Amino acid sequence: MNKKNYISTFLYYLLATLIAAAMLVPLFWMISTSFKNKGALMALPIQWIPKEPTFDNFVRLFDTPGFIGSMGNSLVVAVASVALTLISSSLAAFAFAKIKFRGRESIFLLYLASMMIPTQVLFIPLYLVMSELKLTDTLTALILPGIFRAFAVFMLRQKMKTIPDEYMDAAAMDGASLGRTFFQIIAPMCKGIFATLGIILFMESWNDYLLPLVMLQSNSKFTMPIILSAMSGQFKNQYNLMMAGALISMVPILILYAVAQKYFKAGLQVGGVKG
Amino acid sequence: MANDTRRICEKIRQAETLPAGFHNEEWGTFMKLRNQKTGIVAAFPYLLPSLLGMALFSVLPIVASLCISMTRWSGMTHVSIFHGFFTFVKENFIGFQNYAAVFQEKEIWTVLSHNAYFLVLYMPLMLCMSLILAVIVGSDHKAVGVYRVIYYIPVLTSWVAGALIWKWVLSSQYGPINDILGFVGIKGPAWLQSEIWAMPSIVLASVWKDMGFYGMIFLGGLQSISPEYYEAAKIDGASAWQRFKSITLPLLSPTTFYVMILSLINAFQIFPQVMVMTTDAGPNGATQVMVERIYKFAFSFGKMGYAASYSWILFAIIFAITIFQNLMQRKWVHYE
Repeated sequence: MNKKNYISTFLYYLLATLIAAAMLVPLFWMISTSFKNKGALMALPIQWIPKEPTFDNFVRLFDTPGFIGSMGNSLVVAVASVALTLISSSLAAFAFAKIKFRGRESIFLLYLASMMIPTQVLFIPLYLVMSELKLTDTLTALILPGIFRAFAVFMLRQKMKTIPDEYMDAAAMDGASLGRTFFQIIAPMCKGIFATLGIILFMESWNDYLLPLVMLQSNSKFTMPIILSAMSGQFKNQYNLMMAGALISMVPILILYAVAQKYFKAGLQVGGVKG
Repeated sequence: MANDTRRICEKIRQAETLPAGFHNEEWGTFMKLRNQKTGIVAAFPYLLPSLLGMALFSVLPIVASLCISMTRWSGMTHVSIFHGFFTFVKENFIGFQNYAAVFQEKEIWTVLSHNAYFLVLYMPLMLCMSLILAVIVGSDHKAVGVYRVIYYIPVLTSWVAGALIWKWVLSSQYGPINDILGFVGIKGPAWLQSEIWAMPSIVLASVWKDMGFYGMIFLGGLQSISPEYYEAAKIDGASAWQRFKSITLPLLSPTTFYVMILSLINAFQIFPQVMVMTTDAGPNGATQVMVERIYKFAFSFGKMGYAASYSWILFAIIFAITIFQNLMQRKWVHYE
């Protein structure tokens, strides 16, 4: 390696590390704060590493009414809405990709058009629909909208279209019903997309703020982001407690990322499609 | 099962090469399936859940929201959108008066200017940073994997957690940012408590949160550029910067355009960071933005009709951006 290469390698690592360090400062500060006691929190000069680290914040957090419940709520909502979306969307995608019927293209166009209207525009009437269904302040209000996800239908349809029709014909010849063909042939071939979609949707649901903020009123129904933002009002300046909460809320997604990085990467490519 | 299917597929392929006019019983079965005139009967059960969801959670809200935006509704009276909704709409119909009222107020322009201000600060910063991240992660140095993970962590964080962290990081007295600034001799501002710095603070947090996401999109764009271009340029003696300027940037233009459009739409939808980082939309309403206003009008002030008109103005903006994207894409972005 010549001298010029050494310099460029050095500059590369310098820049990459500087940016990484800058991006980690807030996260480091969160972790550091979550182990601080009350005194260290407001100590000047600030303590980058707490002098007397303590687990108190985590203990107090778990004693806070509704906190443990909110973890459960978030998990239930995320898992249930992912399952609902995958089932309903793959069924619809199957119809769009593999069954011929009149109006297929126009209905699908309607699906695509619906992607242009974001939740940010529709959350008021969505709240009204939910209150009409007597579902406000229930977790169901957060799960049920997952039944219609145009972008999931779109992705699954794309995948199913790449499956040759011969599979369908072969199954039909064997006397398999359409349902059996779907469950035993088509759905298993979409495993990769299911995993990718599942991860995008899980993360979206786990981190969602707007919909639960609009739908939920009582403490016992709160999801993690909502209880965290409620705490910031309730505990005013007790940032050690809030940082501990933020840290805990991040852990499941980080674990998921560590385990399934491959699908995150694929998900990102598709996530772009979502717009 | 899969093996069976493959075997049968093979059989079909053989059948398809048979001379025209060849028929047997099996062939008839699957030809029937492919030309179903009664397809809708077969498709209906599969479409049902999704269509039901579309009707309830997309079409109905759109129609209801359009109607509400044209009614005088304080939000105090209970209105059912299943029973007697249209009677209510007819009785309280005021046409486009809500929209007219919105545009007569100074507020909408202030709010839109805040979104625009966010955009002006956010977009250049985000584009530069995410492109740098993409180049770093796209290189062939050894530690690339580590950087990739680090740059991606903020994307995985929920906005509420991210916003809480930034609120505390930007604390004027106890925050590390002002501590670092103090170290190099700058007295940091009061960030979120300052009318001038509140929006830049939100931009800072948003760039931190989003640059990994857009960086990965840029990475996809970088990787789709054929290495042959670079090799040819190298032979011609082009420097790294020249190669970046004359090959990477132009060939990356579709990705750049796409990222710009995404972030443009995103800029008009910012919400959680504003809600969590700035209580009551900042000092003197410095961080009042579209979605935050819609939420406050509807759920804090009960001005439903007004809020619905705001929603549709927001939609009109997003729609215009999307149309613009389609037009421009056809015009000057060249896909290979």
